[in-house]
Amino acid sequence: MESESKRKKESPNTAELAVTASFPDEVLEIVLSLLTSHRDRSSVSLVCKDWYRAERWSRTQVFIGNCYSVSPEILTRRFPNIRSVTLKGKPRFSDFNLVPPNWGADIHAWLVAFAAKYPFLEELRLKRMAVSDESLEFLASNFPNFKLLSLLSCDGFSTDGLAAIATHCKNLTELDIQENGIEDSSGSWLSCFPESFTSLEVLNFANLTSEVNTDALERLVSRCKSLKVLKVNKSISLEQLQRLLVRAPQLEELGTGSFLQDLTARPYADLESAFNNCKNIHTLSGLWEAVPLYLPALYNSCANLTFLNLSYTALQSGEFAKLVVHCPRLRRLWVLDTVEDKGLEAVGSNCPLLEELRVFPADPFDEEIIHGVTEEGFVAVSFGCRRLHYVLYFCRQMTNAAVATIVQNCPNFTHFRLCIMTPGLPDYLTNEPMDEAFGAVVKTCSKLQRLSVSGLLTDLTFEYIGKYAKNLETLSVAFAGRSDRGMQCVLEGCPKLRKLEIRDCPFGNEALLSGLEKYESMRSLWMSACNVTMNACRRLAKQMPRLNVEVMKEDGSDDSQADKVYIYRTVAGPRRDAPPSVLTL
Amino acid sequence: MSASGSVSTVSRDDHLVLSSEDSSSPVESELELGLGLSLGGGGFIKAQQQASGGGGGGGQYARILTAKDFSSVVSSSSCLSSSSSSLSRGDYVAAGTKRSSDSVAAANGSSQVVGWPPIRAYRMNSMVNQAKSVASEEYNSMMENKRKNSLVEKTTDVCSKNSASAKGRTSPFVKVNMDGIPIGRKIDLNAHGCYESLVQTLEDMFHQPTTPSFVLLGSSVQEPTRPSKLLDGTSDYVLTYEDKEGDWMLVGDVPWGMFLGSVKRLRIMRTSEATGLAPRLQESNGRQRNRPI
Repeated sequence: MESESKRKKESPNTAELAVTASFPDEVLEIVLSLLTSHRDRSSVSLVCKDWYRAERWSRTQVFIGNCYSVSPEILTRRFPNIRSVTLKGKPRFSDFNLVPPNWGADIHAWLVAFAAKYPFLEELRLKRMAVSDESLEFLASNFPNFKLLSLLSCDGFSTDGLAAIATHCKNLTELDIQENGIEDSSGSWLSCFPESFTSLEVLNFANLTSEVNTDALERLVSRCKSLKVLKVNKSISLEQLQRLLVRAPQLEELGTGSFLQDLTARPYADLESAFNNCKNIHTLSGLWEAVPLYLPALYNSCANLTFLNLSYTALQSGEFAKLVVHCPRLRRLWVLDTVEDKGLEAVGSNCPLLEELRVFPADPFDEEIIHGVTEEGFVAVSFGCRRLHYVLYFCRQMTNAAVATIVQNCPNFTHFRLCIMTPGLPDYLTNEPMDEAFGAVVKTCSKLQRLSVSGLLTDLTFEYIGKYAKNLETLSVAFAGRSDRGMQCVLEGCPKLRKLEIRDCPFGNEALLSGLEKYESMRSLWMSACNVTMNACRRLAKQMPRLNVEVMKEDGSDDSQADKVYIYRTVAGPRRDAPPSVLTL
Repeated sequence: MSASGSVSTVSRDDHLVLSSEDSSSPVESELELGLGLSLGGGGFIKAQQQASGGGGGGGQYARILTAKDFSSVVSSSSCLSSSSSSLSRGDYVAAGTKRSSDSVAAANGSSQVVGWPPIRAYRMNSMVNQAKSVASEEYNSMMENKRKNSLVEKTTDVCSKNSASAKGRTSPFVKVNMDGIPIGRKIDLNAHGCYESLVQTLEDMFHQPTTPSFVLLGSSVQEPTRPSKLLDGTSDYVLTYEDKEGDWMLVGDVPWGMFLGSVKRLRIMRTSEATGLAPRLQESNGRQRNRPI
């Protein structure tokens, strides 16, 4: 503990604190440093001034769910010893192109503050932030202990920025680049890791498309003996993959490159043996353009798999079923809906330990009905996988009865995200709204934290949610509801609600203003294409100074309507970096 | 079904084959009649006519909304006035804001609601790019290592002209219909490197115990000796495809890469219906088809 940070504790002025008064700061700090959960730490800091002080000195990791809820100055002032920062920026709907470009969430100001106050910063995890090459270069040059960089759904940088990281971060252990809007000009960044560099443990560049220098990659993999996670991109062929596997039998997580190649018998056998030799692989992804012919090379490796990500592989039900038979220990599975209900039945039959299932649509914009998955597949999984608690399911039809069965089989859902892809679609057998489906979910699944609803929904769904979903933290609503009452039920009824995102619903000013008191206990509210007016937003902003009320205007729309509203609590006041299309009220 | 007719689903009893807008040319309708897709009462043709009448009207099917559905501005009062149990989707244009196609929509060639379904832009772009990135050279070189009776000539130079990018297809999926089965399927051609693989998958897809002698492919890839029944005409069904020019051809005639470049959709046709297929095309197009039926 830094000695200059010690301050004499003041004597407490209440009897209850008499006990803690004799508890030396040093011990308290050691005890608190064992606390890792952010929520526990927040609670601790509220106990009393001594604990607040001890907590802030001992905290090394900070998680900021909304980068505008606090400023770099406030953060660095309160926590002097931070080594690890996680920052989330744009509202989630920016993933679906609903947020204007240049909206904000730029990391640079944070990095400048960190360079001054946290020169020993080791880890940076960013989600939906704007990151420029300049920022990456700044990061690479100003933090000698920097170890871990994770960028998820960020945008604004190119492979040049990655080159800077590779060149200068001598202690890097993790480089994880996922699903970013990255300008991928060349794969030469990978060759920038110096030959003396050996500390890498995690390398994920599956998101990038440019070819990398495979020799450089092989050498890198060979000399980084602690490499546990390797996820390569499409440009890596099967033969190249085999050479990498041979050099890294200790791998635990593997993302393959393209699984499509002309392999004669000998290289195929080599590939199979390379996979067999990697006995620690528990996570498998990639498999771009997988041809069923080569999947058997994986079969032996599948025995220990706990996470299989086939969401970029268009497998049909038959070939998928053959694969899944070999994966009895699977806990997490991501697939495309090309596997169809039959494929999901195979999952139900073979994966009793399954906890998480995500089914993505291969062809979401197709206007004709094609197969894909229906309620039957979901039901089949629920019968076979009783431990299921996380589902993301894109489908074209659903029934209330099916959902009721599903939650009866699996009452432990914590995350239930059902997307019936046609907006406003009723139960296709009874033609009724899907209210009872989600009613069943909230009534049965008392641990539910996250819910996404879809289909034809009246206010009844929201009455159910408000009445039963007492642990709900995140709710996503689209094309649903009948009146303000729906939204009001949720705002009044869900005590733990933190994030509410609504689009294209008939909720208006009354609903918005009914949540006045509530929004300060939430992280954020998003409402777009609803019936909210500018005046209501102004009223809200006026009455709640600790909320930022931002309206994004679309060109050519009615001036009195608030097209997109983003409201969030903050201690940093209104932000100054908003683009012209974003009005802060 | 609702009174307004715009909230609709496919009922299992409808047996409508849902056809795309591109199958509206009169020549094709004629051809469909000739091949006799059995649906009772020409229901299929009705559906075609409905579909070709425009994307907005037509038969009862659920679909992703297009910009046409949102073209009218709906005032807020109409949203709340509907008291029937089935709302029309137009009610959800709550604030009457304009919808604009985003770049992903442009890539797919159709306009749709912005940001719906909620799939990350990265994932959408990946799926689109996957379709375009596969070159048929790879498929063709795979052919040389197949142990089955080779039905495909080694024509690397031909294939290089007909690379997958020339398909002009944004989706790797083609429709497959089988005579006697009302609802068609879709198949990802990119997942197959050769005819055998494709046919094996089709056999899995359309396998029905009640259908007599339904054997498209006599064996799996591991047994090289049994010939492909579908492709040599000894099955009750033949596999045909419609090419870019709208002609129906027997699958297996041309190199795989060339096939990929020209196939628009597939049909598993009863052999009895297919009799005279090649000669008819020969007559009408004056092109040589050297496959005996």
